[in-house]
Amino acid sequence: MTDSDQPPLLEVNNLRVSFRTEDGLVRAVDGISFTLRKGEVLGIVGESGSGKSVSMMSVMRLIIDPNAVFEGEVIYKGRDLMKLSQDEMRDIRGKEIAMIFQDPMTSLNPVYRVGWQIAEQIRNHEDVSKREAGSRAIELLRAVGIPKPELRVNDYPHQFSGGMRQRVMIAMGLSCNPDLLIADEPTTALDVTIQAQILELIRRLKSEFGSAIVMITHDLGVVADIADRVVVMYSGRVVEQSEKREIFYNPQHPYTWGLLGSIARLDRPKPPRLTAIPGTPPSLIDLPTGCNFAPRCRFRFDQCGIEDPPLVDKVGDGHLDACLLPVDGRASQREAVINPGMAESA
Amino acid sequence: MSDLVVEDGTRTQPVAVGSPLLVARDVKKYFPIKQGIIFQREVARVHAVDGVSFEVLEGETLGLVGESGCGKSTLGRCLLRLYEITDGTIEFAGTDITRLSRRQLRPLRRQMQMVFQDPYASLNPRKRVGQIIGDPLKIHNMGNRGSIKSQVQELLSLVGLNPEHYNRYPHEFSGGQRQRIGVARALALHPRLIIADEPVSALDVSIQAQVVNLLDDLQDELQLTYLFIAHDLSVVRHVSDRIAVMYLGKIVEVSPAEDLYSRPVHPYTEALLSAVPIPDPDASAHRERIVLEGDVPSPVAPPSCCRFHPRCRYATEICSAEEPPLVAYGTGHIAACHHPLNVEETPAAVFS
Amino acid sequence: MLAFIVRRTLWMLMVMFAISLLVFLIFFHTPGIDPARQMAGRNPTPQTIAAIKQEFGLNKPLPEQYVLMMNHLFISRDLVSYTNRGLKVLPQIEAAAPVTFSLVLGAAVLWIFGSIIIGVSAAVLRGTIWDPLLMVVALIGISAPVFWVGEVANMLTQSKFHSSPLFSWVPPLGYTSFSSDPAMWAKHLIIPWITLAILYIGFYGRVLRSSLIESQSEDYIRTARAKGLSERRVLFRHSLRTSMITFISLFGLDFGALVGGGALLTEVVFGLPGVGYLTYNSLSNLDLPVIMGTVVYGAFFIVLANALVDVGYAFLDPRIRPT
Repeated sequence: MTDSDQPPLLEVNNLRVSFRTEDGLVRAVDGISFTLRKGEVLGIVGESGSGKSVSMMSVMRLIIDPNAVFEGEVIYKGRDLMKLSQDEMRDIRGKEIAMIFQDPMTSLNPVYRVGWQIAEQIRNHEDVSKREAGSRAIELLRAVGIPKPELRVNDYPHQFSGGMRQRVMIAMGLSCNPDLLIADEPTTALDVTIQAQILELIRRLKSEFGSAIVMITHDLGVVADIADRVVVMYSGRVVEQSEKREIFYNPQHPYTWGLLGSIARLDRPKPPRLTAIPGTPPSLIDLPTGCNFAPRCRFRFDQCGIEDPPLVDKVGDGHLDACLLPVDGRASQREAVINPGMAESA
Repeated sequence: MSDLVVEDGTRTQPVAVGSPLLVARDVKKYFPIKQGIIFQREVARVHAVDGVSFEVLEGETLGLVGESGCGKSTLGRCLLRLYEITDGTIEFAGTDITRLSRRQLRPLRRQMQMVFQDPYASLNPRKRVGQIIGDPLKIHNMGNRGSIKSQVQELLSLVGLNPEHYNRYPHEFSGGQRQRIGVARALALHPRLIIADEPVSALDVSIQAQVVNLLDDLQDELQLTYLFIAHDLSVVRHVSDRIAVMYLGKIVEVSPAEDLYSRPVHPYTEALLSAVPIPDPDASAHRERIVLEGDVPSPVAPPSCCRFHPRCRYATEICSAEEPPLVAYGTGHIAACHHPLNVEETPAAVFS
Repeated sequence: MLAFIVRRTLWMLMVMFAISLLVFLIFFHTPGIDPARQMAGRNPTPQTIAAIKQEFGLNKPLPEQYVLMMNHLFISRDLVSYTNRGLKVLPQIEAAAPVTFSLVLGAAVLWIFGSIIIGVSAAVLRGTIWDPLLMVVALIGISAPVFWVGEVANMLTQSKFHSSPLFSWVPPLGYTSFSSDPAMWAKHLIIPWITLAILYIGFYGRVLRSSLIESQSEDYIRTARAKGLSERRVLFRHSLRTSMITFISLFGLDFGALVGGGALLTEVVFGLPGVGYLTYNSLSNLDLPVIMGTVVYGAFFIVLANALVDVGYAFLDPRIRPT
């Protein structure tokens, strides 16, 4: 349950991240803004190169590339994380904000036992004995559904299956009871039935513990399942942002339409062809003038190549989109992309 | 070639469904696990493929679906004799190819090709793209240098790439383009059958659609037969005419693509389908979710009789006592289960 | 795990056997060479040659010769050098071994610390001028031939600056055993230790640096940072720990080779009568029995080091432990 009168837990304002390279400035993230409250799940959707991972790694201040340039604010519990020192950030990382990553096989240190790794995090932030940290590790493993945790706590990561390893990562992330959990494609590398188990676990975190979660994924199905609000990113920019149902039932941006049209779905009859988005994403160094998506958009017109479309609320209810197309025409354009067969017969 | 036009949603193009092109009978592939101080003895085996029988009809796309460890990739490689099978037979176009020598197999290899999963690992980074696609032609002596080059360029444009990029290296292409190169290589010898092992799993969603459409077009143009191996059910359903579901080395269900999703027969299929996230928030909220407990058991010591019974919510005693045979339930639907779902009538036939 | 160790040990024994066989064949049965003549050394008398033939059964069939040879080497241990009039080979080697051990052990301690300091510093200071500077220093260490460094060191410490307070404590070239005079033992060895260590500090420093830098981009390092661990902890407990796996395996192999007589050049330059020095002398004098002894001795240590490294690797990296 979300309390909208509570102050937001996390407020990201116009975060920009660029990297200086020999070939030019890579604009990995070009102005993302959102708020998150306790118990809310925000889904950040995008494909490779969209900037979704870089933006959240930047929130955690995990990017230590000397060529990285950061702008904007990240307000967490009243403090701007971008202005904190690394020492101050280390107090927050792992304790108040935790992050779990995509590939559980490589994300755990292979030479240390799983219990040790969890205890390491606990003892880093809290003044507890080894024994107490160890027993908390066992309880955490139990809470995430690992059978026989008293025995498994002394196993090495390679002795677990992929799904179990991801649970270990989640247990580790939760070890210090963080208020915010950032999950970067946590289920992408897992089988679909294991993914269902992990998503079930995440749903429990939300309902039982009221955790705020940022879920980064490329899978719209996952977003439809557990997110409350959604941010759609393309080439470093936010192209659409709204409450979940709006994204699926009333999407406003041609890229979102393209995504929805290009996925094969079980719940609808088979279309004769998937509506693929033609072309490929632009290079982040050599971005086109105006809208980043315009070169691949079938509805583009002249202005699209000139003006950067601003992210604005046009349909109400906090539903933002960055597209210059007039709002009235969008419904039929959308149908042409998502349901081409139906549109023709209508 | 019969014109099969089916109602709403499925293909409206003619599907040439002919005689069996590839037939697998009771194929088994076990990998030994050895242990011992001086002399290594086989102490256990990985039952990667544990008695699989099915047919791929000419002109169709058979989808092979399952999760990690089910043996689908191993099976794909066994069918092409990239692995030697432990038991069973494989027939291609009527010829038993199970024990043919490499020399005897060579001319047949031209007719069956494979597209691999990882577009970043399956292309030799030190070879130019033209070489990669042209090598099969050279090996099978299909022309001199000039004619090979023009064939390669034709293939490049067939898969939607620029023929001028003949001399580029793989790293100069994107993932989706690299996958197209892999497809071009597979097509070089004009095969009849292409086994595609997770051809789109490593690609972004919007690029997946492009490659899926490409495979679709090529099938019509070149009269190809596909065995499409994947773990992504939605994609498999889109491309396939029939779908086979594998679990722990065995086929548990085969059905026409549409039927699989509207009336799954095997409980594993049911669980698999309910686990696939649907991009529809309302539908998602009201779905019944079947969340399976625990992990897939190890293929070293698979459960007795029905492999799925430890995790099955319908399991009873018979499931661990008697191996369920593959049984036909009419309209091309086959399943191996003692408690099949969505069937009223008695089975039409038992598959032996 | 036990099965693994046992298997490895048996393998080691088999390799040793194969090496001994090969040594035997090379020394005794290279076509065109009369082993008796070779063994007898310079200007042998016919009686010596006859005695050798008798002792080694050169008129007997091959397998018997091999057994006799092995007997002389390992069992009766009375292999005798003919060049050095009846000096027993094995006791010679046994006397030389502690010298080599002292040299290599001391150098090893130095080079482990030195390379960790250089490797870690270079990795931490990456992006500043210190990183390439340290790597150039390391490269100099690797490139400068050890005998040249040794001779230069000698020149500086023994003659040029010997009178200065810096080097006046350096004794003349030679060796004193630890048990007789520990202080003198150390004084004899300090400069050789440093000389030998320079080469390896350079090599291992570079290896460690690149291993550490590579590990920085590993996913589990990212996780460690996300846990809020300090950079120092991430470096030492996570990066270094996994980098040490390669480091230790390489170290094991180098150490084994050095102990087996690979520190030859250093020993000769500094006049340390170790196994390497012995090998060098015997090669100059073509003293076959001694050469045979040192080859087998050296091979033994290399094979042993290999086996220990394999087992050690399994301890260090849980992923490759046989279940």
